[in-house]
Amino acid sequence: MIASLSLILLCQLVGEVFVRTLDLPVPGPVVGLIVMFIILVVRDRYTAIAIGPLNNGAVEETAKGLLANLSLLFVPAGVGVVQQLDLIAQHGLVIFAVLAASVLVTLLVTAGTFLLVIWLQRRRGTP
Amino acid sequence: MSGNPFSIWVYLSQTPLLWLTVTLLVYAMTDAVSVATHRHALANPVLHSIWILGVFLALTGTSYTTYFSGAQFVHFLLGPATVALAIPLYENRKTVLSAVVPMLVALVVGCVTAIVSVVLLAQAAGLPKDIVLALASKSVTAGVAMGISETLGANPALTAVAVVLTGIMGAIVVTPTMNAMGIADFRARGFAAGLASHGIGTARAFQVDEVAGVFAGIAMSLNALVTSLMVPLAVTLLLR
Repeated sequence: MIASLSLILLCQLVGEVFVRTLDLPVPGPVVGLIVMFIILVVRDRYTAIAIGPLNNGAVEETAKGLLANLSLLFVPAGVGVVQQLDLIAQHGLVIFAVLAASVLVTLLVTAGTFLLVIWLQRRRGTP
Repeated sequence: MSGNPFSIWVYLSQTPLLWLTVTLLVYAMTDAVSVATHRHALANPVLHSIWILGVFLALTGTSYTTYFSGAQFVHFLLGPATVALAIPLYENRKTVLSAVVPMLVALVVGCVTAIVSVVLLAQAAGLPKDIVLALASKSVTAGVAMGISETLGANPALTAVAVVLTGIMGAIVVTPTMNAMGIADFRARGFAAGLASHGIGTARAFQVDEVAGVFAGIAMSLNALVTSLMVPLAVTLLLR
């Protein structure tokens, strides 16, 4: 588990160094995600590197443990609302309404687009 | 031995140990309630943990800085959790490839909708520019959204609140909305939940349906990528 966690942190570290060096507007962990994905794909091709955390689904298990408790990780940032009480008192209702409207529109547009493309593909597929 | 309970409290209330323990305890309790209500949308553990902890901090007169000295250990894991998203993406790469066209189109259209709708609505509602900037990346996972806000020079703390609020609202409305619209395809439902409301929406999707959860996870990871490229562009074009 420690080796798996080290690998995950290493990917994040590589991502952070990459982003800082090239001064990209992308957060380091996102590049870390890509690095991890590439490592996993490369492992399948060259079994020689399937050792340590890359063997027997070790890193997979650690990652899933982390993702299973993903909700918890949002709590400390969310409690930060106590620091924004002035702002909330002033603009809270508007911010709330804007976010609610945006999330509803986003849900409908995304699901709608997904289904529309499937429907178009099917119509082209069946003569 | 100094048996004065007050001096013990004064000591403990300044240590990371107490606040880390309280965070985990409160979350464990709210999560247990959520399980007991069969994961009812309104029993969202993040929502209830936040207000319980907020009230607790207010009652004990604890500053957020002191609280965060303990809670930072949980918060830190947002970065590694973002990297960990590579694993469901990797394991479901065949499913991803089989629906790659609808997913990529929905990803771009959904991502643009998420950013443009919030920026335009916030501007129309007359919110000041620094708040609009902080809200722009609200549909991606907290670690990434806060990173985007930092690069834009916006307030990451406000972004975090907007992200969590968006996640909770998305998780609560997604099932009734999709049912009302007659959308039964769990791939589309999950993908929309993950894209619009990141990790909290994904956690919700996994509770409703396994396929929905997988697509939500994919949407969340891809959206983290696209949004971080899109927000600086959209903000430059839309904000004046």
